[in-house]
Amino acid sequence: MDMETMLSYDWGAMAPEFIILGTAILLSILDLFAPKQFNRRSLAWLGLTGIFLAFITLLGLMGQETVSILHDTFKLDSFAVAFKLILLFGSALVIVMAHSYEPPEGMNEYRGEFYYLFLAALLGAMVMASSGDLITLFVGLELLSISSYILAGMRKKNLQSNEAAMKYVVNGGISTAITLFGMSYLYGLSGTTNLKEMSAWMVGVFDSQFQYLFGLAFFMILVGLTFKIASAPFHMWAPDVYQGAPTPVTAFLSVISKTAGFAMIYRILIGLFITAPGDSMGAFTFLEKNQVYLAFLAGITMIIGNILALRQRNIKRLFAYSSIAQAGYVLVAVATLGGGTFLFDTVWFYLMAYVFMNLGAFSVIQLVTEKSDTEDISGFAGLYKRSPWLAAVLSIFLLSLAGIPGTAGFIGKLNIILGSVTVEPGHYVLASIMMGTTVISYFYYFGIMTQMFFRPVQGAGNIKIPAGISVVLIVCAIGTILFGIMPSLAFDFLHVNFGDFADFFAL
Amino acid sequence: MNSMILTLLVFSPVLGILLMAVIPNTEERNLKLLGFLGTIPALLISLYLYFQYAMGTDLSAFSVKTDWFRFGNLEKYDPNLFAVDYELSVDGFSLIMVILTAVLSTLAAIASIHIKKEWKGYFLLFLLLEIGMLGVFTAQNLILFFVFFEITLIPMFFLIGKWGYLEKEKAAYSFLLYNGLGSAILLIAIMVLFARTGTTNIEALRHIMTVGGVSLFAPLSDGMKYGLLFALLIAFGIKLPIFPLHTWMLRVHVQAPPSIVMLHAGVLLKIGAFGFIRFGMGIFPEQFKNIAFLVAVLGVINLLYGAFLALVQTDFKMVLAYSSISHMGIVLIGLGALNEAGIQGAIFQVVSHGLIAALLFFLVGVMHERVKTTMIGELGGMAKYMPVTSGFLLAGAMASLGLPGMSGFISEFMAFLGLFKEEPILAAIGALGIILTAVYLLRAVLGMTFGKAKRTVAEGVSEIKGVEFAPVLVLLALIITIGIYPSILSGPLQETLDAIMLGIGG
Repeated sequence: MDMETMLSYDWGAMAPEFIILGTAILLSILDLFAPKQFNRRSLAWLGLTGIFLAFITLLGLMGQETVSILHDTFKLDSFAVAFKLILLFGSALVIVMAHSYEPPEGMNEYRGEFYYLFLAALLGAMVMASSGDLITLFVGLELLSISSYILAGMRKKNLQSNEAAMKYVVNGGISTAITLFGMSYLYGLSGTTNLKEMSAWMVGVFDSQFQYLFGLAFFMILVGLTFKIASAPFHMWAPDVYQGAPTPVTAFLSVISKTAGFAMIYRILIGLFITAPGDSMGAFTFLEKNQVYLAFLAGITMIIGNILALRQRNIKRLFAYSSIAQAGYVLVAVATLGGGTFLFDTVWFYLMAYVFMNLGAFSVIQLVTEKSDTEDISGFAGLYKRSPWLAAVLSIFLLSLAGIPGTAGFIGKLNIILGSVTVEPGHYVLASIMMGTTVISYFYYFGIMTQMFFRPVQGAGNIKIPAGISVVLIVCAIGTILFGIMPSLAFDFLHVNFGDFADFFAL
Repeated sequence: MNSMILTLLVFSPVLGILLMAVIPNTEERNLKLLGFLGTIPALLISLYLYFQYAMGTDLSAFSVKTDWFRFGNLEKYDPNLFAVDYELSVDGFSLIMVILTAVLSTLAAIASIHIKKEWKGYFLLFLLLEIGMLGVFTAQNLILFFVFFEITLIPMFFLIGKWGYLEKEKAAYSFLLYNGLGSAILLIAIMVLFARTGTTNIEALRHIMTVGGVSLFAPLSDGMKYGLLFALLIAFGIKLPIFPLHTWMLRVHVQAPPSIVMLHAGVLLKIGAFGFIRFGMGIFPEQFKNIAFLVAVLGVINLLYGAFLALVQTDFKMVLAYSSISHMGIVLIGLGALNEAGIQGAIFQVVSHGLIAALLFFLVGVMHERVKTTMIGELGGMAKYMPVTSGFLLAGAMASLGLPGMSGFISEFMAFLGLFKEEPILAAIGALGIILTAVYLLRAVLGMTFGKAKRTVAEGVSEIKGVEFAPVLVLLALIITIGIYPSILSGPLQETLDAIMLGIGG
């Protein structure tokens, strides 16, 4: 590629990525050369500035036509923008959380590292949302994964953190291999790694032999990607890793990493297979024909996540299962294609709500587990007395996770269920599983509230909320309530700026 | 002004909540006073509405409707498709329910003087509960209804679990499980209706179900309609409760603080009946007609089951709990009769039992406050030391067993009148329940008031006094007023009844 072609690209489309990359490099240099006594905690603000700038730039890019550069490997369509907004916003909250994170040991030594690895992971996630090619998708996926492996093991002297990192690497390696194997089928069949070309080719394939191989590729990729979103069958790493990893990393894994995973599922699985014919007549599309398997995975994920969460005493493990269950809910939307009409709305809205409610919950968890010196849910006993505000906002987040009206989580669930019964024939079983497991989830979410409000205080006294955490909490609480009471704000934003996401399928 | 008034009504308790938030938790007196005052605006507004209605104002003048949100980017196809509006409205029936809610909330706030701890949290939740209850009866679309329906769930869980008696947490979780399941079923039914019709507005749904569908969608098959109706039957059946979905309600009746049980038995159970009439009969009149016999049978089972078990209870609260089940059977009997008298009786029973149950549970609270037990075996001779309280208790029991001249009589009489017209044999079996009601209530009340005084009731036990008189007298006055002048209810109801009868073609 000569210089001229290089310069002819509209690099502005990648500006947010460049800003994040630049910030990460800057942070790593500062961390390397700054004197030892320099408090690396303040690097968080630099990272936050970077994320903030990227966010602004992205907002500036919003109105544009779809830009596709580097031979269609990187594309900035409305889907990419919509998901990157969530990724950047969530990351900004997580980095503020991380600033206040003070575990007994192991964090202060590597705080500098934490921030730039975090940004590298974010960069990977953003590339995943924006890729138009299997190669760039995979590079993004690996960038995100490898950075997260290290982040999970950040507390090098801590046994659990080490265990978490190890399990994460091993599981991640296996699942990535499976994804890659599935991708190799697609490449082998179509002769291209470009999603646009591949999709254009697949539309015309009616040979059932080929379709069989598509099926193989589809399930390989899907199974591999369930690792990123922590759903069945690759969910078992979640409890151990969530428990062992530093809390901000856990929050990152449960929200940003998951969102990126869903973005990738949309890019490959929905993008390619929604138009591909499912039989030799072309009477069904591939997804219509294979929906039932996706639905099965979604159902199993919800059941596993919600049932196993009931037995947990460790709050981070509990939230690991809770986040598995939440992934199941979003998978319902994927499996039913949001009823066709709500294909993007459902997932985007739910993930956005999830950023608010889950990051809010994790901020409280981080603070309370630090102050109570235990990760057992009994650490929340009498939180109402120790800090009424903390108890109140955590209740908001828990109610939203449980899908109680008045919160964003409720609207998200409503939309998913509406999508699942809109299609003909409706996915009644899946909708019923979703509602049934939601009722089960009441028990562990309310179990935490039982601790907070019904149990007497144990141990330490009042909790002082650090400034950073209180900002995160306020933002999350307002977001959770606001989008629960006035969801039209988010829906209108989505529809005005992105319409029907028509450019996602544009060939 | 008129279009704001229902919003003001429903959200007026917010004022109390906000004021309460700034008062420290230690000021017991102020908190209790504020909790009481917080319920007053809703009471005044609801009475104003009734007054306006009595003056001849059309209730639809108070309706409010604004855009809330919509699912999907479908505006270009149809501006109302998958839109959910914020719409509140009252008709005669819901006006009565709103007044019942407002009155009982105020009285229950008075009854809350017996609450011993954490007054701030208690009244915050209490007022939140009132918002939910008022919203349920005024919401004009199913999603808004569901939102308010669920809003009642959360405060109830905490009110039971924190301020209840010994096994309060078990009761709270049992409440959560059953009502959560009920809501889940209800939500699925609502969403299927929404998905198939593109609207959740009750009027629009009624129109689509009875007259004809929208061309945009495939029509709902008959099987689907029955499925949805059964889903509603189960969802509201849990709330009502219908045997065998009633166990949670026993626990709540026994374990929750009496002031909360007043609202629970008085209003929350009635949401089940309200749902049956509004959504079951309102939206699926054809299908409801065909399962009416089943509803009547369920009603008779409820009536007899509740009455028989009430007969052997040793705890007065349990007697009242089973009595509630039994009395809710009469609502079902009235609805199952499917004629004007029956349905009128059912609605009368809803109101009447709300008042009577609230009265009896208030007295339970008063007694428990003084003698620390409600076990019939440990009580006795109350009439000697607490003659006035015993008198009120007897009056409540008389109302409950349907003494002519009190509201219970009217409702039972009409419900059975309705059923005798349609299914005389079933009605005859059900009528046994009325006899049993008299037996178990008299056994329990006489056991407590007369006979030899037990050690728990002794010299020095104080009589009902001060503000405690207010709820008793108000409730008794209402019960007797309805008993001797039923038009006070049947007037506003007539329009709703006509609409229902038109739907079922009776």
